[in-house]
Amino acid sequence: MTPSAVRSLLFIVAFLAAMALLPAFIRSEFWLTFLILALYTASLGQAWNVLGGFGGQYSFGHAMFFGVGAYAAAVLQVRFGINPWVTLGAAFVLGGATGAMVGALTFRYGLKGSYFALVTLAFAEVFRVLANTFEFTGAGVGMMIKLAPGAANFQFVAKTGFYFTILSIVAAGLMVAWWLKHSRFGAWLTAVRENEDAARALGVDVFRVKLGAITLSGAMMATGGVFYVQMFQYIDPPLAFGAGISVEALLVAIVGGMGSIFGPLIGAFTLALVNHTTTELIGRAPALSMALYGLLLIVMVTFLPNGLIGGLASLARRLGLRQRSGGDE
Amino acid sequence: MSALLDVRDLRAGYGPVEVLRGVSLAVGAGEIVALLGSNGAGKSTLNNNVSGIFRPTAGSIHFDGEDITGTASAAIVERGLIHVPEGRRVFPNLNVRENLELGSYRRARARRSANLERVVATFPRLAERFAQKAGTLSGGEQQMLAIGRALMAEPRLLILDEPSLGLSPLLVEEMFNLIGRLNRDGLAILLVEQNVAQSLEIAGRAFVLENGAIAHQGAAADLVDDPGVKRAYLGI
Ligand SMILES: Nc1ncnc2c1ncn2[C@@H]1O[C@H](COP(=O)(O)OP(=O)(O)OP(=O)(O)O)[C@@H](O)[C@H]1O
Ligand SMILES: [Mg+2]
Repeated sequence: MTPSAVRSLLFIVAFLAAMALLPAFIRSEFWLTFLILALYTASLGQAWNVLGGFGGQYSFGHAMFFGVGAYAAAVLQVRFGINPWVTLGAAFVLGGATGAMVGALTFRYGLKGSYFALVTLAFAEVFRVLANTFEFTGAGVGMMIKLAPGAANFQFVAKTGFYFTILSIVAAGLMVAWWLKHSRFGAWLTAVRENEDAARALGVDVFRVKLGAITLSGAMMATGGVFYVQMFQYIDPPLAFGAGISVEALLVAIVGGMGSIFGPLIGAFTLALVNHTTTELIGRAPALSMALYGLLLIVMVTFLPNGLIGGLASLARRLGLRQRSGGDE
Repeated sequence: MSALLDVRDLRAGYGPVEVLRGVSLAVGAGEIVALLGSNGAGKSTLNNNVSGIFRPTAGSIHFDGEDITGTASAAIVERGLIHVPEGRRVFPNLNVRENLELGSYRRARARRSANLERVVATFPRLAERFAQKAGTLSGGEQQMLAIGRALMAEPRLLILDEPSLGLSPLLVEEMFNLIGRLNRDGLAILLVEQNVAQSLEIAGRAFVLENGAIAHQGAAADLVDDPGVKRAYLGI
């Protein structure tokens, strides 16, 4: 391992240790829920980041993987009585398989840029229509998970159970991102993002690299779907496959900083705070607070094209701090 | 046949459009071969088919005696046939060092740090800019970087597609000096160039591509005096 790989690994471990200690200091249920939801959004953003940030393939339909995971959890539990922890594994595999299928279809034909984005959007829509139609997914009514409190059932009585579960998922995502930063596969993926033709000339199998990325990304996104179902115990087609989840995933990654290890986390926490503040300020006028939220997004994307991480890095440079090569963290 | 690269009756194009209509050429070990031809003659198309980026429709390509026709670029790079494509194909948001390292993931990975030192010795200008993003390099520096990145893979045959494109006269001179130096170290080079006179000066042999086929070929020194070549490419 290179020194910079070790350094960023230590940073990740330190961050996770701090996050693991945090609940001991939090007395309010509200802030614990706030943290859980921010971490959950970060996990979605990290899934998107693998394909969009590191690979430069901008998906607008990541909800399809999320929904596959959510429905895998719900259907397997409700219809087959399978333990939800087991469905987590099943969702991971099914999400990956969905990614591989979509990747095989789109990348084989060289779909790129806005075409790829549109096709992923269409796929998510197809999944939504299918979930709306079939009886075994509960059709338009959706599916409810039977209340069965207990850690063995992935239904925690104390919120801290959910906190540590989502923290573990985020930890796994950080490790994936770290691996992408420091592995041959990650280097190839980045090369594909930067210049496909040059990558091919260096012997990168562009199709396989993209396929690997979308498979991994789909699998990660699906675990987020399982977590959602366990947390809220209900899923329906628009929740699972609607544009909301797709936008949330790409937004936190873009705002935080695409292709960086901590970008999705920073984006998720920032947006959660912004969201919280605007609602507090404007009270419960949802339309207004959404408008303010949107305005803030426009400002951030305009003035920080490299995300908050990129902004922080250039601020650090301007203040004459240690020059970093390419923004490792 | 003992040539390092042996292309026979190659036919290739884009969809229904055939660009190469039976091209044959060879590059021997340690040789510089110039490939000339007007804009749109199909020089880059030939390079892209040889290096596995596109698949030819007919004909054969042998590298070091092995049939590599239609083989994926990854396997071709592994064998040591490295192509520096036309245009400045660097990875703009990666720094110089990361760009160079990407050259060694498919081949010569174990000797990466030694090769990095070698490339830096060849291009001192790159060493000064190790942490700089490739997209912010000057055109000439980007071209150096693209060649340096190819050298990271320890090529046995280097295909250079218009390396002096867009360079100032001084840098063009430097580029040709570099090509000569690489060749003296034993590297075989297939050189595609618009600077016809300089290419013929440095190359041992040359091929002229016209209308999808080889119209002239021979020792570079003889082609300089060929009336057809003179009229078409040297403007004399
Ligand atoms: N990707 C492509 N799709 C369709 N046609 C192409 C493509 N690339 C090249 N062509 C066509 O193939 C022909 C040969 O192009 P090629 O790039 O091989 O020429 P060249 O000899 O390298 O020219 P130049 O000296 O300008 O680089 C041209 O008519 C060009 O328009
Ligand atoms: Mg060309």
